[in-house]
Amino acid sequence: MTPPTSDTPLDAIIGKDEFAAAASADSFDAELAKAGAHVTSRWGMALFLAKRYPLGGVGLAIVVIFVLVAVLAPYITTHDPLATNPAISLAAPSAAHPMGADFMGRDLFSRVVYGARTSLAVAFGATILGVFFGVLIGLASGYLGGWVDLATQRIIDMLQSLPTLILAMAMAAALGPSLTNTIIAIAIPKLPSIARVIRASTLSLREMPFVEAARAMGMSEMRIAMRHILPNTLAPLIVLATAGLGTAILVEASLSFLGLGVPEPHPSWGRMLSESAAEYVRTAPWLVIFPGVAITFAVFGTNLLGDALRDLLDPRQRTSN
Amino acid sequence: MGAYLIRRTVLLFVTVLGVSIIIFALMRVVPGNIADILFESSGYIDAVQKAKIEAELGLDKPLLQQYFGWIGGLMTGDFGYSYMSERPAISEILPRLPVTLKLAGLTLFFTIIFGIPLGVWSAVKQNGLIDNSLRVITLSALSLPSFWCGLLVLMFSVHVFGTIPIYSNEPRGPWHELALLSIPALVVGFRSSALIVRLTRSSMLEVLRQDYIRTARAKGAAENVINYHHALKNALLPIITLLGIEASHLIGGLVVIETVFNIPGLGRYLVEAIRWRDYPIVQNLVLFSAFAVVITNFIVDLLYAVIDPRIKYSD
Amino acid sequence: MNNVLETESADAPAKSAAAKTVLEVAGLKTYFFVRQGIVKAVDDMSFSLKAGEKLAIVGESGCGKSMTALSILRLVPDPPGRIVAGSVRLDGRDLLKLSEAEMRKVRGNHISMIFQEPMTSLNPVWSIGNQISEAVMLHQNVSRHEAFEKAVEMLQLVKIPEAARRAREYPHQLSGGMRQRAMTAMALACNPHVLLADEPTTALDVTIQAQILDLILELQERLGTAVVLITHDLGVVAETAQRVIVMYGGKKVEEAAVVELFEAPLHPYTQGLLAAVPHLAAMSGLAPARSRLKEIPGIVPALVNLPKGCTFAPRCAFASDVCRNEFPPYETKRPGHNVACWHSNQLDGVRHA
Repeated sequence: MTPPTSDTPLDAIIGKDEFAAAASADSFDAELAKAGAHVTSRWGMALFLAKRYPLGGVGLAIVVIFVLVAVLAPYITTHDPLATNPAISLAAPSAAHPMGADFMGRDLFSRVVYGARTSLAVAFGATILGVFFGVLIGLASGYLGGWVDLATQRIIDMLQSLPTLILAMAMAAALGPSLTNTIIAIAIPKLPSIARVIRASTLSLREMPFVEAARAMGMSEMRIAMRHILPNTLAPLIVLATAGLGTAILVEASLSFLGLGVPEPHPSWGRMLSESAAEYVRTAPWLVIFPGVAITFAVFGTNLLGDALRDLLDPRQRTSN
Repeated sequence: MGAYLIRRTVLLFVTVLGVSIIIFALMRVVPGNIADILFESSGYIDAVQKAKIEAELGLDKPLLQQYFGWIGGLMTGDFGYSYMSERPAISEILPRLPVTLKLAGLTLFFTIIFGIPLGVWSAVKQNGLIDNSLRVITLSALSLPSFWCGLLVLMFSVHVFGTIPIYSNEPRGPWHELALLSIPALVVGFRSSALIVRLTRSSMLEVLRQDYIRTARAKGAAENVINYHHALKNALLPIITLLGIEASHLIGGLVVIETVFNIPGLGRYLVEAIRWRDYPIVQNLVLFSAFAVVITNFIVDLLYAVIDPRIKYSD
Repeated sequence: MNNVLETESADAPAKSAAAKTVLEVAGLKTYFFVRQGIVKAVDDMSFSLKAGEKLAIVGESGCGKSMTALSILRLVPDPPGRIVAGSVRLDGRDLLKLSEAEMRKVRGNHISMIFQEPMTSLNPVWSIGNQISEAVMLHQNVSRHEAFEKAVEMLQLVKIPEAARRAREYPHQLSGGMRQRAMTAMALACNPHVLLADEPTTALDVTIQAQILDLILELQERLGTAVVLITHDLGVVAETAQRVIVMYGGKKVEEAAVVELFEAPLHPYTQGLLAAVPHLAAMSGLAPARSRLKEIPGIVPALVNLPKGCTFAPRCAFASDVCRNEFPPYETKRPGHNVACWHSNQLDGVRHA
């Protein structure tokens, strides 16, 4: 028998107003109230959230660790990630080189650590860029309406019909290999989904009484968009952006794996795998394992965090109860 | 319904036409064309030779003329010539199509036959051991880069069986081919079925708490009938939408996995073509992929009306 | 082509007053285990139902009346709910002891249920005929085609015009009243002994309510089905039921024949309920016809932290210390009239004064 606890809202399962009284207190708010004594500070709130969403807490911890590793890379590593040393070409993991060395005799541990910088730069860069322009396009489309909306919608349709990776590949090839161009190439496929969400919530918010009220008070349209509409689209935006972080890391890795991503000298996890790929599967498996583990963990962390944020901010899409 | 179909089809072609402009423009922004790359190895650029090659390939013509030459050709079935092989693009593309289609079909098959039943199972056993394990597995699957997953499979195979299950040009019969294609299809399908599992689960949970499920129980229907007959059909709409969206991710996944497993399909060919700035090939392949996505979503829209009687495309 | 009506009237169980008991609920307890504590949705509920009888269960929303019906069919959502004690005997057989597979043969076959919201209670993606014939196929060994014919026949029986065409339509194509007719057809398709009707008219237009109610009554009489009518509407009770059970806070507080209850209610809660209904209040002499309606002060208690003692005590004008400490015993005050109230004797006097 299932343990006699469940925070599934009663009215949802029983239906109608039966037990409305018992079920009316949303369990989250109820718990928050119970924990109220401790939730006075920002840290208290964070602790409470971590307790309620343990997996989200783990995700946040992983993301924080990756950011720390990226920032503190020079202090963590013992070798220059770019320095070659033919003597240790394809060396197996050892005390001096915990993850071994690649064909050119570069310390893999240092390369993986510095790879976090590249990966996170691309992930955050592409997300910020994508969100900024996506929001701009979505706001314009939803708020201005008319032919602007129509034209934007058609262009979004076109962009969306191009597979993400293919579009990123084409962009990367068109712009040429550089860190900035990779960021742009990954940001552009993000635009349609962000613009869509912002447009949709703008359309519904535009008719809300508080927007009408602001308009009646003589507030300018621009100000209404910035002060009233944008903040109210924040929740879906945060959810989308966090989910996008993991995708960005994956797309960067795939692009670099295909030789279309971040060029030398930036150490990139994806490129480490393409350099080593098929033949090292036989001869030097550590070259295949460690960069892949790094990618997977980084993406796993952002996915966990994204899931928890979605649960928290967008209860309609709750995947876990 | 008829009017709707016509409108949709027109819109479909407008979208694809727009995509063709985007692709064409992108390809022309690329720094360096094929002539540059041909000279790269020799270290210097012979201006006369380069101009000759460019003239031969039509790269010296005005951009608009190049674009309309391409689109006009497409209308008449002329896909242009590959710069690399100097053969008609169509005779480069067509032979590579079947293996990619088989791989895509197989991946979609795995996505559906694992994704939907496991999602239903997860929802039915909500918060149980199965559900929680599946949640961790699906989240991991979504975090795993498919090319790395493919490399791990290769590594596993090397260390356990001593060989690599790489697709060779001529598989020994259809069963051997199926076996060889199943491995990369499972690798790509792992990710997409994980997505389907998650969506099926949440969609089913939403449906299972509806009143009509209780009605079905009150009628005396068995759990399996309730889950698959009453609930799943209602839960299917968002799942099919996601399958449509996934078609686009799937194409990206195929590009990567064909490279890892050395499968002579269109995906790997696209990567090569981009490296060599083989414009006609890249343009056609990217347009082809967009066309595939648009068509898939068109089919998805039509499926809506089949599944949900409330949806009618009347105007 | 077998005509439902003829076959049914041929072996109609019993319309005689000396009918045997079909359903007997005893000591039924259905609890919900939630984070906030234990919700005693149904607490020690007992009643019996004779063949062809019309019983009404009344009470405010949240009093446990719907849960009683769902408990009888063992459809309590688990988790968090569970039937923790009691017995539900159908023709002498305890349903709570059956296996799930055996129970499925009872649902929709011997006992069926009509729900409040005909829109949400019908599956939107299957046709009406399909949903009715499913009920038939589940319990009778007939082909898909025969089952569909039976479905059309049932739709005719519930007076849906052009039944054959309507059977192929989907719930969203029908009006609210039509949908509830279809629900009724589905519930009666297998000629059940007991029909549980959970607020069958609440969600409908006032003009349609009477039609549906009449239809249910007409059919139950024709088919000899016993009905448990769950409602908060005393007007409906007065028009339809023979016997009434009043529930409050998950417990049965009063039970009597319908006329007896309206004329001489013994529980202060019942009196309050009656006083809140305009024409009934006038009829029962609890309030002058034109005076302001009386409300029962306070609100229905959250079932999770019910007061000790009588559940109604916090809202009761007559409550004394004993009420607040101990739930009153369930006593028969007059023939067929039972009540659970410490002060029912006094109240009886009060009313007649």
